[in-house]
Amino acid sequence: MKNCEYQQIDPQALPTPTPTPPPHHGNDMEKKKEPRRPRRKWEVFPGKNRFYCDGRIIVARQSGVLPLTLGLILVTSGLFFIFDCPFLVKHLTSFIPVIGGVLFVFVLITLLQTSFTDPGILPRATPDEAADIEKQIDNTGNTSYRPPPRTKEVLINQQVVKLKYCFTCKMFRPPRTSHCSLCDNCVERFDHHCPWVGNCVGKRNYRFFYTFIVSLSFLTAFIFGCVTTHLALRAQGGKGLVFALQESPGRYPLVICFFSVWSILGLSGFHTYLVASNLTTNEDVSTQSYIGINGGTSSPHNLNIRIFLCHFSMIDRRGFLPADESAQTGSADIELPTLAAKSEINVVGAAFALQKSPSPVPAPSDCH
Amino acid sequence: MRQQAAITAKVFIQRDYSSGTMCQFQTKFPSELENRIDKQQFEETVRALNNMYAEAEKLGSQSYIEGCLACLTAYTVFLCMETHYEKVLKKIAKYIQEQNDKIYAPRGLLLTDPIERGLRVVEITIFEDRSLTR
Repeated sequence: MKNCEYQQIDPQALPTPTPTPPPHHGNDMEKKKEPRRPRRKWEVFPGKNRFYCDGRIIVARQSGVLPLTLGLILVTSGLFFIFDCPFLVKHLTSFIPVIGGVLFVFVLITLLQTSFTDPGILPRATPDEAADIEKQIDNTGNTSYRPPPRTKEVLINQQVVKLKYCFTCKMFRPPRTSHCSLCDNCVERFDHHCPWVGNCVGKRNYRFFYTFIVSLSFLTAFIFGCVTTHLALRAQGGKGLVFALQESPGRYPLVICFFSVWSILGLSGFHTYLVASNLTTNEDVSTQSYIGINGGTSSPHNLNIRIFLCHFSMIDRRGFLPADESAQTGSADIELPTLAAKSEINVVGAAFALQKSPSPVPAPSDCH
Repeated sequence: MRQQAAITAKVFIQRDYSSGTMCQFQTKFPSELENRIDKQQFEETVRALNNMYAEAEKLGSQSYIEGCLACLTAYTVFLCMETHYEKVLKKIAKYIQEQNDKIYAPRGLLLTDPIERGLRVVEITIFEDRSLTR
């Protein structure tokens, strides 16, 4: 008898994640009476990010100086290939443009990956979860809803760690998570918001960022070395260094590289130190220490090597939103006095799943 | 017409940080589920999830090889290959669906995959117990 009753729950209404590809699932979900096309989750994403290619590319609201970064790299490398390489191939070896080319491609790919991937954005708490956090039971046993305390202490491997409450995302931030005000998202293992790449650097794109700055240091040093060699060879064979400098447009990469190589090398060195000591830039400058929360220094969980092995996004940008007349019309048993209607709509739309696996989530029916 | 069950409550199983920042969930049985499901069954589900997450985060030789290969190819290898972690996440999604179909749905409960909540909580939705009203 009991089983018969529960068969009335429509499996379609139950938000179990299915591995079907988004387009097909979207067509299934699009009800006949729904004239509008099914919207993708990125269209209602509450943070300040921008999306391109139908949700495949995610960037911060302000692209910062990413065009400048790209421009400098392209111009410097272009000038190097056009003016210095022919001379060096003739006088030295033809491996030079090959090495330069490989480094250049590495730098470009990792830069684009750093800028266009999700840095580790945590999906915001759903209204139900937010209400659950805010629910506090007082002495008489009556439940009331008050803003939760700003911090919560947890014991992580016998070390006391304070978890802060994020008023925007309505959740207690997991350890090492920080809220980026520029992107308006909580980012896991938040390192910093990098204007040069126009995106936050966090858990999921740190390895792209690290590879980018290391390969950029190699590229800059390589170009610097090659251009210096070129000019030195020209100066020897010709009328002196000054003439060589004036004559060749290859001097421009030299200038750019000279000024940037020190800061880039410095940054690479700094981040290598951070990786080795399992810190983020944010933690390096803040007072709370997370060293040792995963056991002693010899524990493998402490090694930042993990960050190079982690590759998935928790926000499903391309998943489809559940249709308006979603079968799960949440009954009004749970009161949400602290949430304004507008943010409720946004938070409802922010039900995310693993990338490429669409999963409609029970939501109040006012999402559209 | 399809009859929709009303949601009575939602229970959130929090993360268990006692052994570090690895993804583990608390196995403590919530009181709201007392008359819905066996404590044993629930703990088994959560333990299975914990084991799968531990497997996903395990640093084995496969992960190192994957990482090195990825680094050498400027991470472009992930355009055609799935990481070990992603494979386990798919396994977890399948497991949760199975558990929902076999055990939780017949009892008017629904497990939500923690990945949808940023690996912060396991959300269990409790539906109205129609068998009591009829």
